[in-house]
Amino acid sequence: MSRLHGIKGFRGTGKITFGGAVTTVILVLWSVVQIFPLYWMLTFSLKENSEIFGSNVIGLPHNWIWSNYTTALQSGNMFRYLLNSAIVTGATIAITVVAATAATYALTRMVWRGRKTVNSLFMLGITIPINAVILPVFLILSKLHITNYWALIIPYSAFALSMAILISASFMQGIPKELEEAACLDGCNIYGIFWRIILPLMRPALATLSIFIFLQAWNELMYAVIFISDSKYRTITVGIQNLSGSFTTDWGPIGAALVVATFPVLLIYAFFSSKIQESLVAGAIKG
Amino acid sequence: MLMIICNVFIGWKWRLTSKLSRGEDLMDRTMKNKTAILLFLLPACILFIGIIVVPIIMSAYYSLLDWDGITASTFVGFKNYAEIFTKKSIGFPGAVKNAFLLAGLSVFIQLPISLGLALTLAKGVKGEKLYTAIFFIPVIISTTVIGQLWLKIYNPNYGIVNMALRAVGLDSWAATWLGDEKTALFAVFIPILWQYVGYHMLLMYTGIKSQPEELREAAMIDGANDWQIARYLTIPLLKPVLQVCAIFAITGSLKAFDLIYVLTNGGPAHASEVPATIMIKQLFGRNNYGVGSAIAVFIVFICFFFAILIKKAFRTEVDK
Repeated sequence: MSRLHGIKGFRGTGKITFGGAVTTVILVLWSVVQIFPLYWMLTFSLKENSEIFGSNVIGLPHNWIWSNYTTALQSGNMFRYLLNSAIVTGATIAITVVAATAATYALTRMVWRGRKTVNSLFMLGITIPINAVILPVFLILSKLHITNYWALIIPYSAFALSMAILISASFMQGIPKELEEAACLDGCNIYGIFWRIILPLMRPALATLSIFIFLQAWNELMYAVIFISDSKYRTITVGIQNLSGSFTTDWGPIGAALVVATFPVLLIYAFFSSKIQESLVAGAIKG
Repeated sequence: MLMIICNVFIGWKWRLTSKLSRGEDLMDRTMKNKTAILLFLLPACILFIGIIVVPIIMSAYYSLLDWDGITASTFVGFKNYAEIFTKKSIGFPGAVKNAFLLAGLSVFIQLPISLGLALTLAKGVKGEKLYTAIFFIPVIISTTVIGQLWLKIYNPNYGIVNMALRAVGLDSWAATWLGDEKTALFAVFIPILWQYVGYHMLLMYTGIKSQPEELREAAMIDGANDWQIARYLTIPLLKPVLQVCAIFAITGSLKAFDLIYVLTNGGPAHASEVPATIMIKQLFGRNNYGVGSAIAVFIVFICFFFAILIKKAFRTEVDK
């Protein structure tokens, strides 16, 4: 394929060069730096204090204390918080995807005056930090008596919107116009075109979008702390904060709660790692 | 009409060669459907205007008020802005200094590490995919979890930092990392920098991978070594990505909140305070809406300012 294939092959035929060894050492060392804290978290979630505090600091547990997990889930109320986070995140994804793809369609495909201006206004939203408007949003929502899940879903959706429009626009541009023309001649109206032609074709982008929104909404802390006063609606990030306050001396259950909160994210990552990487890069490079 | 429908049945590709003016008209009309445009834009506009545009204007307005949210507000002009920079008890200048320090560290320590890793991986190392996946894991984990985890790592009695120091006989180095004014700031910065190395690495790695391979191969044939290729070819071509990374690293530092909130909440004695932690304390701790909003506006302004500044800096760089 390339002119250099021979040379490259020569370089990589199992000959261990000095440079290659250094490279490997650096990469492995850095992997340890990035992974070790998480490994430590996993092991201490299954240990009792005596092991964590001295007899077995970094090894695998001698006694596997699974009850740490039941303690975290029951007295820490983790199930409830996980469910709340799932509700908030799911609704945020649904609303943002619908609002963003519909708006993107109007902004990139339909013909009207001022669409460029409206588009650049939306793009300005990317640079606005979410914490800069926390007070007015708080006041607006409490004036409207919105204190349940919606108090998080609405701001999360609004703040995911600009990036979602950006990502879907870059994808929608790749869909050939002829498909819509054909559907149009076929008697399909504009809503049908959007619903039956564009959205199905956008499926790969929708996955990227959803992952991007998921990570933002699932991990958000500032709004979740301040907007939700009723523990019924508390999300997992706030739940962990409270749990660690009430289990200061018992490390096992805290570790378990941290693992429980991280698990859904890691599970999704295990299946979609390249999609996730792609979605976070897409957002950045085009922004 | 029948014919048109028949044509559609034959397939849309056929339309590429023969254009039907009636079809074009219909398409034109469909795409100019005012009601549809409005309907498509409506949900996004409601969210965007209601939660971003209006609140920003409100923030700007509140920043000019002396207001506790309960009693009547009084208009004080720019007094709040003067106050955040002069009133000692707020501790704002120190927080801004800390944010700049964090921004500096992320540009001069975090980004070079990321760049080094990206260059190494993009050369084509065995297990390239695995390494990228591993480096990226901390990025996707909630900052709350990362924060709680590092609280344990820094624990003065049983955290692994002090445990490790004691194990190698450096007992005297063991410290109350987050509780000591001298160490708290850097102890908070380390996990922030640690968490996002993988993110910048991935951006740069993707950028390098999208560069034409032939260029590097040609340079290699001409006898350039890895360092020269990186210095004179890969990095200059990577400028647009480096610009994005710099903007993200700096604006991210200026608005940093989550990890600091979890680890120290600005303490001890304001040693690790940043603008966002002060803003939250002023807004929701003291109901000092005017001062808090002034800080919010300051954060927006300074993020914009640096984003534009970096874009300018990179542009002149390219022009040279």
